[in-house]
Amino acid sequence: MGKVIVVASGKGGVGKTTSTAALGAALARGGQRVVVVDFDVGLRNLDLVMGAERRVVFDLTDVVQGTAKLSEALLTDERLDTLYLLPASRTRGKEALTEDGVARAISELRERFDWVICDSPAGIERGAMLAMRFADEAIIVVNPEISSVRDSSRILGLVDTRPLKVETGGRLDRHLLITRFDPVRVAHREMLSVDDVREVLPIPLLGIIPESEEVLRASNLGAPITVCGRESTVSRAYVDAARRIKGDWIEMTVPSKDKGRLTRWLGGRAA
Amino acid sequence: MSCFIPRTPIGSAPVARARLQSLLEYDRSLVNHADLLSVLREEIFALIGRHAGIDANKVQFMVVRGSTASTLTVDIEVPFRVAAAPNAFALPASAGG
Repeated sequence: MGKVIVVASGKGGVGKTTSTAALGAALARGGQRVVVVDFDVGLRNLDLVMGAERRVVFDLTDVVQGTAKLSEALLTDERLDTLYLLPASRTRGKEALTEDGVARAISELRERFDWVICDSPAGIERGAMLAMRFADEAIIVVNPEISSVRDSSRILGLVDTRPLKVETGGRLDRHLLITRFDPVRVAHREMLSVDDVREVLPIPLLGIIPESEEVLRASNLGAPITVCGRESTVSRAYVDAARRIKGDWIEMTVPSKDKGRLTRWLGGRAA
Repeated sequence: MSCFIPRTPIGSAPVARARLQSLLEYDRSLVNHADLLSVLREEIFALIGRHAGIDANKVQFMVVRGSTASTLTVDIEVPFRVAAAPNAFALPASAGG
């Protein structure tokens, strides 16, 4: 039985889709069977980041409504054969996604994959609630920026109360992924530090992803950063984060002003 | 990249941190008091309603946030003129004094 992870942030543009693709690809590179599911119905961007936009025929809504089989809607990644994508619909609204239908789709995906990574839409509306509804774990993506931290704090409150697992007496494993971290600005005290963010979001740290042009480059090329920018610090940070998801203990370091230098030990997955 | 706000030697991060803290405090207080306010509203409405027919649309609840305490202002339009019943709301006070 696979694990279902929701990637959420509340605020848009913080890196949910980039992170979903990067972590999915990193896990698949390690031989895991992974599906990334786009819940951003009406907008749909995960297929672009994955470079699969021209192959989309059926989508999550088709599967939920029963107009297409899961096997028809799933797209295989062209580079990694254990990585799959279930795209969102661009034409139909989120009303078309029923909770029962999503439950069925997720449970079928859970049977077929080791990891089901759900890319949540921004906001706290229906789409975001459905994306977290059947999750076992949550990755809260946050930028070291005041509005993002506030919104992630709100999302964290929802992740602690809304999922089915919580309603049935369980608890989600929650991970914090800090993205667009700029060590130079932090050093100049022009950006919230990792400690500042963690003070508000006191959950285990999954990774710190530095701000980098490589992210835009990967998006331009239509490949997850962990596939096309393998040697970059961003890619390495995502690969480490993916290994922590699997339960490996990897030393956590805060990116420093001197590029690539490791400054401080922060503790691993259980921090 | 220039910014119109002059750069201070301490940087803007501590300002962001302080603003964030007070923001979250406010967010949390709202979450905790959301229920309390609706309970207060209902009970006050019911209490006045027992003595005078009042219109729900003519009741205003307002909370003004202060630094250490907040003020709850309740504005209720009652459907009679004070001149017709001068002591309607003064009874407990006159009974006590």
